[in-house]
Amino acid sequence: MTGQALIFYTFAAVAIFSALMVITVQNAVRAVLFLVLAFVATAGVWLLMEAEFLAIILVLVYVGAVMVLFLFVVMMLDFTGATQKGPLRYLRPSMLLGVGLALGVVFLLFTVIGPKQFTIMDYPSPAARGADYNDVAHLGMVMYTDYVLAFIAAGCLLLVAMVAAISLAYRGHRAKRQRPSDQVKVKASDRIRLVKMSPGSRG
Amino acid sequence: MLDFELRTIMPEIVILTTACLVLMVDVFMRVRQHNLPYRLTQIGLLFAAVLTFKSFGLGTEIILSGAFISDDLSHLLKLFIYLTTFVVLIYSHAYIRVRQILWGEYYCLTLFAVLGMMLLVSAQNILTLYLGLELLSLSLYAMVAMRRDSQMASEAAMKYFVMGALASGMLLYGFSLLYGITGTLDISTMAQVIASTPITDQLVLIFGLVFVVVGLAFKLGAAPFHMWIPDVYQGAPTSVVAFLSTAPKVAAFGMAIRLLVQALPALHPQWIDLLIVLAVLSIAIGNVVAIAQANIKRMLAYSTISHVGFLLLGLLAGNAAGYSAALFYVLTYSIMSLGAFGMVILLSKQGFEAENIDDFKGLNARSPWLAFIMLLLMFSLAGVPPTVGFYAKLAVIEAVLAVDHLVLALIAVFFAIIGAFYYLRVVKVMYFEAPEDASPITVSGGSRFAISLNGLAVLVLGIFPGALLAVCLAVLA
Repeated sequence: MTGQALIFYTFAAVAIFSALMVITVQNAVRAVLFLVLAFVATAGVWLLMEAEFLAIILVLVYVGAVMVLFLFVVMMLDFTGATQKGPLRYLRPSMLLGVGLALGVVFLLFTVIGPKQFTIMDYPSPAARGADYNDVAHLGMVMYTDYVLAFIAAGCLLLVAMVAAISLAYRGHRAKRQRPSDQVKVKASDRIRLVKMSPGSRG
Repeated sequence: MLDFELRTIMPEIVILTTACLVLMVDVFMRVRQHNLPYRLTQIGLLFAAVLTFKSFGLGTEIILSGAFISDDLSHLLKLFIYLTTFVVLIYSHAYIRVRQILWGEYYCLTLFAVLGMMLLVSAQNILTLYLGLELLSLSLYAMVAMRRDSQMASEAAMKYFVMGALASGMLLYGFSLLYGITGTLDISTMAQVIASTPITDQLVLIFGLVFVVVGLAFKLGAAPFHMWIPDVYQGAPTSVVAFLSTAPKVAAFGMAIRLLVQALPALHPQWIDLLIVLAVLSIAIGNVVAIAQANIKRMLAYSTISHVGFLLLGLLAGNAAGYSAALFYVLTYSIMSLGAFGMVILLSKQGFEAENIDDFKGLNARSPWLAFIMLLLMFSLAGVPPTVGFYAKLAVIEAVLAVDHLVLALIAVFFAIIGAFYYLRVVKVMYFEAPEDASPITVSGGSRFAISLNGLAVLVLGIFPGALLAVCLAVLA
């Protein structure tokens, strides 16, 4: 086993382990932290594939920004109720069907997408690039020429996500807001109305 | 700089610009006005329709490094997408205002959904196709959830979102397998590579195909992947359902053609078997379960499932006649469904949704003309002769018979006859039962005109189907 393979298997194992922990661990904060670990391990795998820019972006954007934000949200919300029973609380007899289905799919995956179809001969690893290869420049060129339509469509997708999120969270104008101009302009006659009434009548 | 004429992709640019304009206008208006975003949206759609119509017959053009194709099939599908969206917005104009749904965002999301559909039907590589699909789906999820005061709508949106995400995952997994084997994202290159792959290496391809077909069936709403449809149709605002059940169906047909017919023609024998199962189950479940529904939106949801079954029948015939019959079917279905949901929208008032079949009781006494239009639409959905629904079913069954699937044709006819029962029940309720609420129906002039045209179109197309059918044949030739 070469050193590179050793590093790959280490990162891959860490990624799979932490991904499993994300969905099984009881504490939501720990789940987020395991997600961070999964991202870091994946970034390591990408580094091995010579996708340095993507690896750095993954760490900077996801780990550095998105996950921190996520952590804030998780800490602000109170998850104690949901975390008491653990993952086994979803266990039902009908889950056997799901387990059977999952095993079937895994079996199919092994037989169909095994080493028989994707041999190392048909899919050799690409030759390593020289030290002066600039993958950011290459990525930028491709993104704004060959894949410009996909790039714009992805931009629209993000805009739609933003519009959707805001329109779903928008609760209308808050009614209880003071308007100083109205408060200054108000007169006594606007507030009090004097009504003449005869002593005996009941209004 | 550009190696193509901007004209080719101009409709998309127009729709995107209009969507951004609507968003900005709505934000910067001092008084939130309803009419301006609506007018802008409609003008944008009309403008795009003119541009698309003008590029008819200019031949096939592939631009943007093979990401985008402009052919007559995409033009025809786009024209129907504009048309149905335009008419749906006419119907829902008052509905949206009365119910205080966020107008600006509603129109903006509608336009983005239209843009997604346009990319979907014009996709020449599976990356564009997937992005178009996601653009469409994401806008629709948000539109379904837009009435946040309604618990039903939130539930519907949640179901739709989870199911839709699952379907997207399936589709993407299928795509990744296809890409892994063929090494290309381009649809026509993929077809060439697959054609030259030896049969023994096709196992992975078939595995990928299964995922693609499952994802497609989810999006189309074919049984057994139909579970989300009735709940979403019942829970979502009717104006959204009217949109959801028309234009996206047309776009999904385009997606099916691009994926199955253009990218995977070599796997035709394999996907035929899958489609047979989907078609038979859809026609059976749709028609039988619809009988038990008291809610008309739910009933029409099951009706959608059965119509998708017929659409798949046309596709599985696997030749130009079958594809064009399926295209004719989906286009006419979009018109019928448009009218049926339009009627549900128009009969609703402030604080009252005409959701139950009982709400149609005695419609004839309240408004004979609307009752007549609804009669035409129901006849057409059921497939009663002078209307276009009959002709569409006939064309599909003819195509299936031509490739010797006698049993399939018999099953289709059998369940179509069962299905006629629940459409005719609506007609019976309208004409032979006394109204519970005898107040006359107030419908604005524009909507009345649109629904009249809509109903009559079903009749006219039924009597003279030749022109549309010829167009359908020509674009798929």
